[in-house]
Amino acid sequence: MNKWTRRTVIATGGLLGGGLALGVAGIAFAPNRLRVTPDSRDGTPQLTTWVKIGADNTVSVVIPHCEMGTGVQTALAMMCAEELEADWNLVRFEEAPGTDDYANGYLVRVFVPVVATIPKYMERGIDFWTFKLTEMMDLQVTGGSSAVRGTGHLGMRVAGAAAKAMLVEAAAKQWKVPVAECSAKLSKVTHSGSGRSATYGELAPQAAQLSPPAHPPLKSRDQYTIVGKATPRIDIPSKVNGSATYGVDVTLPQMLYATIAAAPVFGAKLVSVDTAPAEALPGVKKVVKLDNAVAVVADGYWRALKGVRALAPQFQQTGHEQVTSDTIYAAIAASLDDKKQHSEVVKSGKGSAALQGAAKVVEAEYRVPFLAHATMEPMNATARIADGRCEVWTGVQDPLAARKTAAEASGLKPEQVTIHNQQLGGGFGRRLPGYMDFVEQAVRIAKETSPAPVKLIWSREEDTQHDFYRPAVVGRYQAALADNGAPQVWVSRFNIQDDAAKLPYAIEHQDIRAVPPGYHVRIGPWRSVAHTQHGFFTESFVDELAHTAGKDPLQYRKELLAHAPRHVGVLDKVAEMSGWATPAPAGRARGIALVESFGSIVAEVAEVEIVEGRVKVHRVCAAVDCGDVINPDTATAQVEGGIIYGLSAALFNEVTIAGGRVAQSNFYDLPMPKLVDTPSISVEFIHSGARLGGLGEPGVPPIAPAIANAVFALTGKRVRSLPVRV
Amino acid sequence: MQITLDVNGEPRTADVDEDTPLLWVLRESLGLTGTKFGCGVAACGACTVHIDGNAVRSCSVPAASMQGMKITTIEGLAPKEQPHPLQAAWIEHQVPQCGYCQSGMIMAAAALIARNPQPTDEQISAEVTNICRCGTYERVRRAIHSVAQAPREGGVP
Repeated sequence: MNKWTRRTVIATGGLLGGGLALGVAGIAFAPNRLRVTPDSRDGTPQLTTWVKIGADNTVSVVIPHCEMGTGVQTALAMMCAEELEADWNLVRFEEAPGTDDYANGYLVRVFVPVVATIPKYMERGIDFWTFKLTEMMDLQVTGGSSAVRGTGHLGMRVAGAAAKAMLVEAAAKQWKVPVAECSAKLSKVTHSGSGRSATYGELAPQAAQLSPPAHPPLKSRDQYTIVGKATPRIDIPSKVNGSATYGVDVTLPQMLYATIAAAPVFGAKLVSVDTAPAEALPGVKKVVKLDNAVAVVADGYWRALKGVRALAPQFQQTGHEQVTSDTIYAAIAASLDDKKQHSEVVKSGKGSAALQGAAKVVEAEYRVPFLAHATMEPMNATARIADGRCEVWTGVQDPLAARKTAAEASGLKPEQVTIHNQQLGGGFGRRLPGYMDFVEQAVRIAKETSPAPVKLIWSREEDTQHDFYRPAVVGRYQAALADNGAPQVWVSRFNIQDDAAKLPYAIEHQDIRAVPPGYHVRIGPWRSVAHTQHGFFTESFVDELAHTAGKDPLQYRKELLAHAPRHVGVLDKVAEMSGWATPAPAGRARGIALVESFGSIVAEVAEVEIVEGRVKVHRVCAAVDCGDVINPDTATAQVEGGIIYGLSAALFNEVTIAGGRVAQSNFYDLPMPKLVDTPSISVEFIHSGARLGGLGEPGVPPIAPAIANAVFALTGKRVRSLPVRV
Repeated sequence: MQITLDVNGEPRTADVDEDTPLLWVLRESLGLTGTKFGCGVAACGACTVHIDGNAVRSCSVPAASMQGMKITTIEGLAPKEQPHPLQAAWIEHQVPQCGYCQSGMIMAAAALIARNPQPTDEQISAEVTNICRCGTYERVRRAIHSVAQAPREGGVP
């Protein structure tokens, strides 16, 4: 995969070779995208562009998103190539540099109709709506399942269509014929009357002189030849022979290695450390004291690790030293009891007052623990501070935010910082803006090793104990059922305000309230964010209501969704796929769940058995309505992966707190699902034609409640906390 | 100490501590970064290489004890122009997502089919115990089976 360097610009026949480079037209919010101008800020000729066409007729699509395994770079290149009428065999792509020109205001537009639900980590993006563009400039996020539906739908398609229009116009001018008589196909423009044709590469220099049209016409679904067809991902070949470069693989001349031990209790500062035991070890170059951590720099990772292990740093007392998971749950319960702490999420009808005098009230309390992201590639970053500049090599979900972090840590201006973003060995939310402590640490250590670069690698233990965890949440639920079993009243209380607690179901009286988190543990977005806990709570409780009402859980949900045909559509589809109407094989049972998140609606059915005291999931069916599918095989893979990620939370691990710190440290006490645990998974998509939804996350939330509901169907015992223990 | 290792068919020397794990010698001394660091305690398999044909988690064996043995990494599994059948199957079945664990996954699978060219589901599950957080497992299984069923050329597993 190419990185954006001067060399690649030349090699791909960019501006110096007389090629064509186009900005996106028609997106007035990002004015720099309208221009086709060389950027001479640092003397390197670069273009603020998304599409480049070389003299050799190759098309290079510049992608402002990182690749962390979702296939997003391939999908975005497909969307651009589709409108460009490019020959897919001639399409290449480059990851955009982490500079302001590629800030993705598009991301925010995706969330516009639901501004209230903008995830916490994107909040700075809201400034976009008050046109404080400078505040937006450090947002180049890949997260929120937003790349295809934002950058792709609003940006890449327009960029491709604008480029095509310019190429056609250039051909018409050259041949002195009307534009209407020229057409583009397979990277070539043809004149219908004379049969003359020219390749994009031949037309590019003339086309580059024209202005991009503001509103180029876009193709309709039935005209697509690339989008919607299973297309091999561009990044995969390098991932089967060891040649793909992740952050941790970066190697520089004179590079040193570091590893770190941060305060185990969150929030504690370093008081003192005797550096001598580490300094006495062979290969150790330096012990670096940071605000809340101590790092050892050596000539190799292993020697740095031995150095850190030789130290006994003293951290200050924070008052959290006695905190455990139990005290945390008790504190949350106390907050839930305290009405002064409640803030309203939803109130409709008479709210909780409607519970009074109800004939049948159902109650349940659920909880979920903290969870670690546990990306396979531990946190790492390589930094070099020299000649008044700071360079960082790492894999993050937002290189612009990394640049800001590195600028603050180095004391340099953002313009003096370059981020070389690499492949990510998993992201899942851990490498989003706001959570780049590893970048900050690497830069601070590099100040001490300057001008030598230093690669900071966290041990797995450090990674497990210094994550930004999926929050621990407790939810209390009450519902009143009418004589026919339908819920009339829904009351819920939980910690951490989030709209994921809103219901898709038609219930007249609702009262949904939240209290603050209630603990010192670092929390952050974990693949599908708050939908993981609220999906489990809501879908478990609805299942309880169905059983209380004596109704089939599928039918019960459908009756509450008469207003939501897409939701009913995925339920019907998953019922058909899973054989819901027929009994499960002997010794097994099925459970169903439905969650809408990130613009997509997903229903899943899990078929489970209890084997040697543990839940074995044999089969999972998933029906997905994400509007439309760009790359079907990759889309399927995202849902498969989401189900396994959700399975890890449903059955396999949890992070607990003891002594104010995380009790787990590595995969032996944070077990993960493996091949042997993997169910057979079927995924089907409903092409509803609705607005595009995301796919990186929506497969995750339904699996835990589907399994929990299946366990109830099998054992008669409700699962009210995760991971499931039977 | 100075050690000499047989890596991908070539003698390679490195200056290491007696206890330096093979993983770090491969990655840092020899520049073979295709073998990944995941856990450091042989729990995840991202660092899997072949030692005399057996799948071994290189984070937990001292490099110094590997002298005289035949070490194969992902870079040496097959010549570039003639990929290992598993590598071709991995592309055909679009197995990797983030890809970080896949070097180890492929090395574990390659050691398995070299010994057992037509493994059952149970044998695959028992032998390939690597962790993948992207959840590519079902495709891993599918790709291994596809190689097991395909006629092999030249007798190379």
